[in-house]
Amino acid sequence: MKNQNLTKTLNPGVQFLINYAVPIIFTILVAIAIPLSGLSGEYLARELMTRLARNSFIILALLIPVMAGMGMNFSIVLGAMAGEIGLIFVTDWQIVGMPGILLAMLISTPLAILLGYFGGMVLNRAKGREMVTGFMLAFFMNGIYQLVVLYGMGNIIPISNSNILLPREYGIRNAIDLIGIRQVLDKLISLKVSGLVIPVATLLVITMLCVFIIWFKKTKLGQEIRSVGQDNDVARISGINVGKTRILSIIISTVLACYGQIIFLQNIGTMNTYNSHEQVGVFAIAALLVGGASVSKATIPNVFVGVILFHTMFIVSPRAGKVLIGQAQLGEYFRVFVSYGVIAFSLALYAWRKRVEKENERRKAMTLKRVLLQSNNTTGGYKL
Amino acid sequence: MESKEKYLLKMEHVNKDFYGNKVLKNINISIRPGEIIGLVGENGAGKSTLMNILFGDPIIHETGGFEGKIIFDGKEVNFSSPLDAIDAGIGMVHQEFVLIPGFTATENILLTKEPTRYNLLSEVFGDKLNVLDRKEMKKQAIKAIEMLEVELDPEMIVKEMPVGYKQFTEIAREVNKKSTKLLMLDEPTAVLTESEADIVMKVIKKLAAKGVSIIFISHRLQEILDSCDKIVVLRDGSIQKELIPSETNPREIAENMVGRELVKDIWKSKEIRKFEETILEVNKLWVDMPGEQVNGASFKVNKGEIFGIGGLTGQGKLGIANGIMGLYTAEGEVKFKGKFIHLNNPKYVLEQGMAFVSEDRHGLGLLLDQPIFWNIAFTAMQIKDNFTKSLLGGIIKWRDDKVMIEVAREYIEALKIKCVNEKQFSRELSGGNQQKLCMAKVFVLRPEIMFVSEPTRGIDVGAKSLVLDTLRRYNSKYGTTIIITSSELEELRLTCDRIAIVDEGRIAGILPPTANPVEFGLLMLGKKSEAEEVFTDEGKD
Amino acid sequence: MKEKIKNIIENVGLPRVIIFFFLVLLFILAPVVGIRLDTSINDVIIRFGMNGILVLSLVPMVKSGCGLNFGLQLGIIAGLLGAVTSIELEVTGFAGFFTAIGIAILVAVVLGFLYGTLLNKIKGDEMVVATYVGFSSVSFMCIMWLILPFKSPNMIWPYGGTGLRTTISNQGYWFHVLTDFLQIKIGNHIAFPTGTILFFALLVFLVWIFFRTKTGTAIVAIGSNPEYAKSCGVNVDKMRIISVILSTIIAAIGIIVYQESFGFVQLYMAPLYMAFPAIAALLLGGASVGKASIKNVIIGAFLFQGILTMTPSVINNIIKSDMSESIRIVVSNGMIVYALTRTMRVRS
Repeated sequence: MKNQNLTKTLNPGVQFLINYAVPIIFTILVAIAIPLSGLSGEYLARELMTRLARNSFIILALLIPVMAGMGMNFSIVLGAMAGEIGLIFVTDWQIVGMPGILLAMLISTPLAILLGYFGGMVLNRAKGREMVTGFMLAFFMNGIYQLVVLYGMGNIIPISNSNILLPREYGIRNAIDLIGIRQVLDKLISLKVSGLVIPVATLLVITMLCVFIIWFKKTKLGQEIRSVGQDNDVARISGINVGKTRILSIIISTVLACYGQIIFLQNIGTMNTYNSHEQVGVFAIAALLVGGASVSKATIPNVFVGVILFHTMFIVSPRAGKVLIGQAQLGEYFRVFVSYGVIAFSLALYAWRKRVEKENERRKAMTLKRVLLQSNNTTGGYKL
Repeated sequence: MESKEKYLLKMEHVNKDFYGNKVLKNINISIRPGEIIGLVGENGAGKSTLMNILFGDPIIHETGGFEGKIIFDGKEVNFSSPLDAIDAGIGMVHQEFVLIPGFTATENILLTKEPTRYNLLSEVFGDKLNVLDRKEMKKQAIKAIEMLEVELDPEMIVKEMPVGYKQFTEIAREVNKKSTKLLMLDEPTAVLTESEADIVMKVIKKLAAKGVSIIFISHRLQEILDSCDKIVVLRDGSIQKELIPSETNPREIAENMVGRELVKDIWKSKEIRKFEETILEVNKLWVDMPGEQVNGASFKVNKGEIFGIGGLTGQGKLGIANGIMGLYTAEGEVKFKGKFIHLNNPKYVLEQGMAFVSEDRHGLGLLLDQPIFWNIAFTAMQIKDNFTKSLLGGIIKWRDDKVMIEVAREYIEALKIKCVNEKQFSRELSGGNQQKLCMAKVFVLRPEIMFVSEPTRGIDVGAKSLVLDTLRRYNSKYGTTIIITSSELEELRLTCDRIAIVDEGRIAGILPPTANPVEFGLLMLGKKSEAEEVFTDEGKD
Repeated sequence: MKEKIKNIIENVGLPRVIIFFFLVLLFILAPVVGIRLDTSINDVIIRFGMNGILVLSLVPMVKSGCGLNFGLQLGIIAGLLGAVTSIELEVTGFAGFFTAIGIAILVAVVLGFLYGTLLNKIKGDEMVVATYVGFSSVSFMCIMWLILPFKSPNMIWPYGGTGLRTTISNQGYWFHVLTDFLQIKIGNHIAFPTGTILFFALLVFLVWIFFRTKTGTAIVAIGSNPEYAKSCGVNVDKMRIISVILSTIIAAIGIIVYQESFGFVQLYMAPLYMAFPAIAALLLGGASVGKASIKNVIIGAFLFQGILTMTPSVINNIIKSDMSESIRIVVSNGMIVYALTRTMRVRS
């Protein structure tokens, strides 16, 4: 029987290139753009440190749903909204400093849990389409958020501080100054190293989250989540409550995202009430994918590599655009294009690979069986 | 008191029916601790149902439970879920592996039963937040693996294991559960190489020696005779006989499994037809159909013949037609009227003149949301441009509903399809009428070879003969070569000119319908014949 | 009686029932708060004509099993290219309108082909990838609008700027060519857009014809049961590409009709989220991820535009504040979430 090469095992080099196509292409792009933009190393380092401290927490929140097999999850937008509502109240009550941050986290936690539970239930009814559904759910909740914040607050929900209200005396303003908690966490413990300001406290918090995630993976619950993420049916037959586990992973992610958004906003110092959370989902997911993660596998290194690569590109694009075509605007559009493009490319690549791998596995099994049967030439049958 | 302790499991007068269809009749089995029982039987004899009842498969409960008593370890039991059965000490190794592909062997062996290290959080949150004790896990896994005496690396990831090792991991998982008193295995060596199969059978014997009772389903004569203490032969839902390996032989087993009295009268009048031409030649056909893999089947079919393909479930008989018709990946040589045909191309095969009535009536045979006339006409419309009107010089092929309806009415009449009218949705028809609809779809194509798989499955007795008659009529009127694949040996013997039996994905042998049923049974149990065709003198007048 | 009501609600779906009654409520309240019913209905009809074709464009892809076309933006981009090119070529009136459509169709065939080929490689995950392909193509075109060598002074930034403006007026070219065509004016308050409605009807008719051809029939089979279609010898991949190209072409025509009525060609980020209202409208009309018909298009577009038209005017007059945007977000996105959760469930 002619041995058709059904078992196309790629050599490891090519395999590596395909698996990490996104970060590799991105690194090349960034490597070209940096010198093009003409920005100095110090400037880059400074900006990156800020962005690293500011964004890592919320990107880390994406990891657990990936473990549970729910892909890149927009439930973090729901968490971000919960965090913002917490900050609105804290600003209203004019509670400043670390107490302000902690209080914001405290009061938004129950809301985040509720939203996470709701999100998890919805996603359980959309098996196989979690990412699209999560995406649309985030848009939907944005509408509800608007109804609550733009119409409910100051009306049904008492707000006393008129500074944050719109002139018509209900509805929160478009932008709130978070001066009371501005950079409170960042400045809590900060170091200056050769001109570079390092927000040690924030980085410590991020490290704690990383430790938490590593520990969590090792627990029994973590093992259950991993099982569910790999094969729902096997997990269910083995006695794991698949639906509940999935909901739990979304709740954890939502709560973490809530805190992550608070950390993000305390660094920026102002809150765009209606826009701050809109791009959170897209940028966080794009960054994670740029770091080499995929729909089914995301690790802590992916987060940090992703933040650095993605945000470097963010910083240099406008300048690079101006140099290339003479329009800074081009750089801005390029940023948006890259963010969406990275996700489109990663998802398409992942979906395609998934199908190809399945095909290859089947063929491998068939060829193996044939080789075995041909060499043995027996079928275990009874010989008279 | 004493008799109760002597037996680990007793099934007394167990009956089970599915929607009025009696699948198990008056089953009485007793199993001692450490005993190995082999369950043998044809398709539909009730083997899987019996195991499912013991293992608490929820489907059993959803379809009305069972009658009779089951006494396990001294207590009467009625499991409503597998978890209950597992807790009581029953383990099951299924044919499809219940393994997490990305986990190591250790993680799978210990799945949901992992030992953990205590910490404060468990006071609040329960033991779910305890860290897994990986060292202890590995220790337990190695112990379980040692019982099997195989070279299974506990850290190996399941995805990368050869199939045999996946089976070992499954068994190790059951073995690790200290409390397992009864282990059930469904065709444990089906996907294994000969050496791997030997290891598994050795493991089973070792476990039995340690006091674990074993029930396993198999159709491989050798391993049944070598390993079992008792062989239980099921036929048509009841226990035909219990045999002791040392006191029986293959022929007796086959006889009990298949044995029907030779109905000599039918064969008296049945003329043995003679055929001149070979219309289909299949040489070393391999088909990758999950559950029905074909591993190098070779046979020839004569023009105008009614050729039967039979064999036990999962042995590959359904894969042959599916593979030739391009529905599953296939390899090999297939010659139609002397010409090699392309495989893996449904359109090509249909255009050449072969057609298929699939065993998957709902999935592949019909579009349930469409009316009858649509279903009948669709394939012919796509392949031969039937039922279309060409407009604008052939660029637009307009669907001609009127002709479709006319032709549909003809077939409804000819096949006596019971329906309101041709516009009725196909999902509303009964099973038998849906089958006739599938056949009408193929008849419209006027194929030269017609494959029909499981023609009477799920059809009530009255309609069964009608379906077979229709096929016979078509064959005699138009000379269409018909290849019937069926799990029911009887209908093959009644309808076909020759019958091939598939075992382990290959043709075990081809017999005339008049052959002694025991010969069929032997082929199903894995006896290989020397020549391709075996003729026996028994049965001839 | 209660059983019957329960059955209807289950079949139609609770959200649709709620939205339907909400719309009825708005119509009842309208005269109460001083809004003319006839003007309102006229507005709804006009907006129905404007948006209907975009909703119609979704049908071929749903029928072929590609799911809801979250990558609608590709068709819109083809339409935009047609529109600006037609203006660049200084073609006016109906000629300009049809030039725009002609060019748009050419671009749509190419884009549709590429899009369809991509979707074929990722069967089962079409919707999520389509969403981001749509977004990235809109952002990519943002760059293109800046760079492409258009020269018409009506379109580029004034005072020696380069690149196209964000919003380009089509007045003087083909603004309202359809809407004014055979327009029926009744008094001061009603101007029935006969041209637009006729054009919509024409496209509906063409789609209906398509699905009665051999190819169209095959496509319906694929969407219903791809294994069945394959076993009958249908070339599933080829048919899917045809359905994607068709959807893209119709979407391209749809955006041009929209602009014809609206008066402006909107470039840059404007098309970013345009897929969602169209999808929501289709779903509102009774479609699902796997099933869509022309009936769904007509009912859905009408209901959806009804909500969009009536909500601001009625609610503003009652509460004196404009909640309509937020309500629109909740309604349209909620409808999509509902549809996405209709099929598969995770068993615990």
